[in-house]
Amino acid sequence: MAQTTGTHGEPDLRPAGLRGVAADFSSDQRAFKTASWGKAMMWIFLLSDTFVFGCFLIAYMTARMSTPVAWPNPSEVFALHIGGQDVPLILIAIMTFVLISSSGTMAMAVNFGYRRERHRTAMLMLLTALLGACFVGMQAFEWTKLITEGVRPWENPWGAAQFGSTFFMITGFHGTHVTIGVIFLLIVARKVWRGDFDEERRGFFTSRRGRYEAVEIMGLYWHFVDLVWVFIFAFFYLW
Amino acid sequence: MNETTAHAHIQAGQQLQTGQQHPIRLYLLVWGMLFVLSAFSYMVDYLGLQGYLRWTLILLFMMAKAGLIVAIFMHMAWERLALVYAILLPPLLVLVFVALMVSEADYTIFTRLTFFGTGP
Repeated sequence: MAQTTGTHGEPDLRPAGLRGVAADFSSDQRAFKTASWGKAMMWIFLLSDTFVFGCFLIAYMTARMSTPVAWPNPSEVFALHIGGQDVPLILIAIMTFVLISSSGTMAMAVNFGYRRERHRTAMLMLLTALLGACFVGMQAFEWTKLITEGVRPWENPWGAAQFGSTFFMITGFHGTHVTIGVIFLLIVARKVWRGDFDEERRGFFTSRRGRYEAVEIMGLYWHFVDLVWVFIFAFFYLW
Repeated sequence: MNETTAHAHIQAGQQLQTGQQHPIRLYLLVWGMLFVLSAFSYMVDYLGLQGYLRWTLILLFMMAKAGLIVAIFMHMAWERLALVYAILLPPLLVLVFVALMVSEADYTIFTRLTFFGTGP
């Protein structure tokens, strides 16, 4: 019984550092003492998703390194004609700023959620969803532009044929994640607005009590989508 | 199990309901820094920097942005080390995969150039 009391006691009493890692994993109970299973499971899902995107980016690297044909210059491919001159990569830069802003509003939503200001939380989540939808819209515009210019998964007018396949695969998969995130946001925002997490209303699927932690777990997914974009922006668009 | 455990569970629940409280200022600061870092990454392309300087700066700004998002926005800085290690160490194995594929890609381009001239 002493063990049980120990693990459920004040977090401050637990050892820190490496000793803490060893103690948490060898405690014969849950290893993640301060994270609920919902949060731990979201993190583990995100870890698996990291490997998925890691594989895509590695496939892109392999294709780009192994072709003797010149790789199309993304700076020119993604330039937009604004005010009589080509601005390099401008659409991608705007998309980056939009996604970072949505991450900012999401972080604020989590914060106001724990302060139990449900209307403000829901509005910030809706704003996050709106920015996410903007991002997907701009991506649709970008795809349309490239497809009309003749980019296909098997060919393109500027160079190595693998450009098209990696582009559609990586940005398509990321865009799918953003779209799913927007839907996920709208569902959680509705629950927040209705006050599900204040009255601990049970979920329709899991039957577990509603908690504001759901907003934070939703936030983890959304920030991850932003995080993946940071890597795609660096490796696919800037490299 | 018994009353003590049940009580502890309720306490844990209440703790979670108020968990991860940080000042708004911190989030706004990180938000601002992410904007500035993104602007810097974009400037790397806009100014047309090339070669090792370009690649170093791209990786530097990328890691800074990723670190800020994971540490502050995703609250990793306040989690216990057991979770931090369980989540952040496995992705390092991707680097092993990268090394394998770099060697594989080098071999592929070698065979293409040697036996096919300029191939697909």
